[in-house]
Amino acid sequence: MTTLSAPSTLSPRRVSPAATLRAGVTLAGRSIIRIRKNPESLVDVTLQPIIFLLMFVYIFGGAIAGDTHEYMQFLVPGLAVQNTVFASMGIGVALNTDITKGVFDRFRTLPIARSAPLIGAVFGDVVRYVLAVGWLLVFAAILGFRVQTGFGPLLLAIVLLVAFALCMCWITVFVGLLVRSPNAVQGLMMIVVFPLTFGSNVFANPATMPGWLRAWADVNPISKISEVSRGLLVGGPVAGPLGYAALWMVGLVAVFFPLAMWAYRRRVS
Amino acid sequence: MTAAIRAEGLVKRFGPTTALAGVDLAVEQGTVLGVLGPNGAGKTTAVRILATLLRADEGHAEVGGYDVHREAAAVRRLIGVTGQYASVDEDLSANENLMMIGRLLGFSRRAARARGAELLERFELTEAANRALRGYSGGMRRRLDLAASLVGRPAVLYLDEPTTGLDPHSRNQVWAMVRDLLADGVTVLLTTQYLEEADQLADRITVIDKGRVAADGRPDELKRQTGGQTLQLLPHDPQDAEKAARILADLTGSAPGRNTDTGLLTVPVEDPVVLSAVVRRLDDAGILADELALRLPSLDEVFLALTGHASEEAAA
Repeated sequence: MTTLSAPSTLSPRRVSPAATLRAGVTLAGRSIIRIRKNPESLVDVTLQPIIFLLMFVYIFGGAIAGDTHEYMQFLVPGLAVQNTVFASMGIGVALNTDITKGVFDRFRTLPIARSAPLIGAVFGDVVRYVLAVGWLLVFAAILGFRVQTGFGPLLLAIVLLVAFALCMCWITVFVGLLVRSPNAVQGLMMIVVFPLTFGSNVFANPATMPGWLRAWADVNPISKISEVSRGLLVGGPVAGPLGYAALWMVGLVAVFFPLAMWAYRRRVS
Repeated sequence: MTAAIRAEGLVKRFGPTTALAGVDLAVEQGTVLGVLGPNGAGKTTAVRILATLLRADEGHAEVGGYDVHREAAAVRRLIGVTGQYASVDEDLSANENLMMIGRLLGFSRRAARARGAELLERFELTEAANRALRGYSGGMRRRLDLAASLVGRPAVLYLDEPTTGLDPHSRNQVWAMVRDLLADGVTVLLTTQYLEEADQLADRITVIDKGRVAADGRPDELKRQTGGQTLQLLPHDPQDAEKAARILADLTGSAPGRNTDTGLLTVPVEDPVVLSAVVRRLDDAGILADELALRLPSLDEVFLALTGHASEEAAA
């Protein structure tokens, strides 16, 4: 305890990738404990989709599709996308809260990799994404939604939606590291998420929209991944929209991952 | 003796504000340095730089011979940080927090649990180990912060205002715990706004004011510069003030100051024994006192003595 030399086997400058990964897993475990302790933090992925589902299917469903059951088959695959996108917004708020409350600085005084807290937050978030998709599909099934394809495509749909959310989450990581308060993160992300999810083909066919909105809805990444989700859950083209969606995913990561890293380094240096 | 912490010429600016304007600090291994100064003096900025949380604009700092910037990973293996900014997770219990830190430090699950239990026991938190931190008192929270910074058995510990806002009982508890650590040979850098705290715990004191070192020395050396203790007397009858002031001047050899609002008389005292003489003389003169006390010089008085100007807080 009195000796002042660090163990000589360890490099004074770098932390090994294995140690980084292990710290990431420990911190992901922390995220999961937090979810267990604050089930209310899951409201955005549990209660909100139920309200959306009930509201759209039973209030607007008849008017939009002429039949609530048919509308549900159309809506649920897209709503699953919206739900994972909402879930991916939580990480920005969580990171910002850690920074404002000083938990982040505690981690930064520990001999772990600079990136470990971020890796942990992202790992932990995957649990939220899986819960978000899974819960929506279970609740929809209770209301009468039926997967028309099979178990394989269902599993693939879940994996793709989680992967999509992992690409989207860098937007909110970036915002979460940039702004001052957790509330500001939430407010800003709403401005991003609503035009993305409503200006898409999730709730209605873009063919009925005015030209400018239709143009946006047609290229919107949410529309593309929703088409993939529909194809995999109730049948329809998959490969075409998946190509577009993959391009979007690569693009989102290419833009927002470096921005998030820049903001992260700014916050931790 | 070797220096566990050595900082030379630290400069840090935040936009137009200069938080540190060239600060030197040195702490010998196994000793306590008290860094004393008012709010905004730059104490926390200095600690954050030494804790690898902030990068100095100029200057150089080493902990255990490692550069805090270039060899930050090695520095982090040596240090523990307790401050209001390096916090524990409020959503986790005390137990879960300590477990998590142990695991992050590379302990096995079993070792992390054992170390956590040991620290909870030592800081008298065993009963509250699994409770939500929101129900913790200020003193419990501070003890847990301290425990969290000790999981990795640091050789160098930063205590940034460890007792600010605590009641006297909790403050005494924290002091006792710090003294235990010293017995283990830990090197401590303590920042505080309270002279008494630095006096109680520190081997040396560095006074920081407006980002500069205003004074540096052993506590007794500094206290000699600040004129020791102060005697305060509030006569019951304001008409007695004149007479009481004469008695104080007679016994201490210097004319007491008088607060025109409250009527409180204050005079510096070299020897505390003078208090009983004051009591006798007041008694003989038939002067009743509402308040009669000896106290250590306040930080403001230290500042006045060491820097020649009042601290910002007193001026505001």
